[in-house]
Amino acid sequence: MTVLASVLTALGDPWDQGIMQRALLEVVLLGLVGGALGCWIVLSELSYGAESLAHGMFPGLVLAALTGIPLLLGGAAGILVAALAVALAGRVPGIGRDNAVAVVVTTLFGLGVLLALSPSSPPGIQGLLFGDVLGTSAGDLLDGAALAAVVLAALWVLHWRLLAVGFDRLSARALGAPPLLADAALLILLALAVLVAVQGLGNLLVVAVLVAPAAAARLLARRLLPMMATAVAIAIVAGIAGLYLSYYVRVAAGASIAGFMVLAYALARLATLAESLRGAATLTEAN
Amino acid sequence: MSALVEARGLAVGYGAAPVLGDVDFALEAGERVGVLGPNGGGKTTLFRALLGELRPLAGELTVAGRCGTVPQTERSRLDFPVSALDVALMGTIAGRPWWRRPGRAERRTARAALGRVGLEQLAERTFGELSGGQRQRVLVARALVQEARIVLLDEPFTGLDAASAERLEALLDELASEGRGILIATHDVDQARAWDRVLCLNRRQIAFGPPAETLTREVLAATYGGAIVTLPAEDGREALALLPPHHCDHEHSA
Repeated sequence: MTVLASVLTALGDPWDQGIMQRALLEVVLLGLVGGALGCWIVLSELSYGAESLAHGMFPGLVLAALTGIPLLLGGAAGILVAALAVALAGRVPGIGRDNAVAVVVTTLFGLGVLLALSPSSPPGIQGLLFGDVLGTSAGDLLDGAALAAVVLAALWVLHWRLLAVGFDRLSARALGAPPLLADAALLILLALAVLVAVQGLGNLLVVAVLVAPAAAARLLARRLLPMMATAVAIAIVAGIAGLYLSYYVRVAAGASIAGFMVLAYALARLATLAESLRGAATLTEAN
Repeated sequence: MSALVEARGLAVGYGAAPVLGDVDFALEAGERVGVLGPNGGGKTTLFRALLGELRPLAGELTVAGRCGTVPQTERSRLDFPVSALDVALMGTIAGRPWWRRPGRAERRTARAALGRVGLEQLAERTFGELSGGQRQRVLVARALVQEARIVLLDEPFTGLDAASAERLEALLDELASEGRGILIATHDVDQARAWDRVLCLNRRQIAFGPPAETLTREVLAATYGGAIVTLPAEDGREALALLPPHHCDHEHSA
């Protein structure tokens, strides 16, 4: 009984502190947005775009931190600049779209690092790179909740059109679901989600929450809504697990969360492998 | 009788230069029209014009009724997490405001359409797990949900076994008998002989009319270029055969 009691105490302990309570709420917001939108990102094969946007916005975040304007504004401006640069670079003939994106994103990210590591930079700017989920303020939570509400409401409204376009782009228009609109909507939502998540997970780890839970859920669920629910659950559980780990082992919270999300994907992969092996074994027996 | 589709001197293309021109034909209610032609001959371009995705560069195109399209299912994502019912429900998107999700009435319509194509039992099955013929019928059900009076089918028989092909053929007959107009793009000249009319395209219209009169050796040669051979007569009648295009995996024989 004492073991159970001490386990319960250990589980409950972290949440007495305001820092951890806010971190918990932030993790739930991240899980809702990352899990739900992540399903569309994974199904539309937009993971590379997600990563590019997140890294390309870095100079905007750094400039915001250096000049004291809200990170959200700096991030939004950074994303706009990155998106424009990517769109323009994609038109340069002869180097290929992926290469153009890679060049633009590396340049922007390098620029951000240059700014961030200058001697005049205030300390704590590495929080932009790796996130600072434990530093979440009440204001961050409010901003995050508002953006999350917009993303989730848009996904709800657009659901069937996104579904028709994802299923078959070419005949979607004839069904009343223009592909261009679906693409644009997904990119804008992706930008909003990156803005929400970058505060908690940082520039380098934000992609984890947008890709790993959804990729894991894809292996486990056979319909879109259950897939979204699974992805959200995985993201939130991994987020909470990451917070525990960082609380008790004193490791970086953002990295722990990202690590648990990737671990969830590995476990889902193993589960499907085991399933198919069992299926093959039954088949052999039947023969 | 007013036609469901009427093209007069139609030319369509993607830029300024038409990839398909001189198109003059009509699709009447209750007709099955086979659209024949080589790959790149303009079948898909014509369909895209009918769906309103391409504007005529010249001439006129009148489409008097909603067009439902049955694309090749290899083109859709077979790993997409949707059920047959979900796919049929996609036919209700255009008729619904953005914020409304499909309700009970829409689900009933979609299930009824799946029932009509003989797939009510498989409504919850993942689309990609269905056989090729079943997938084609789900897409026909989607066109029914759209209340399409004109149904466009793109190579619907490719890769189907004989039983599935027969079943789909019967379904198309039934749809035509209800007064819908059916346009079927196909490589199979022999199959098209059973339909009401054929439209032969090779970057322009080669011929249009009832198959018996239209599918002459000259017309087929102009439609398919050199890819046509005469088979030795078996029953006193010469047979024409079409050499399959190099990237076409099904056999044609006469």
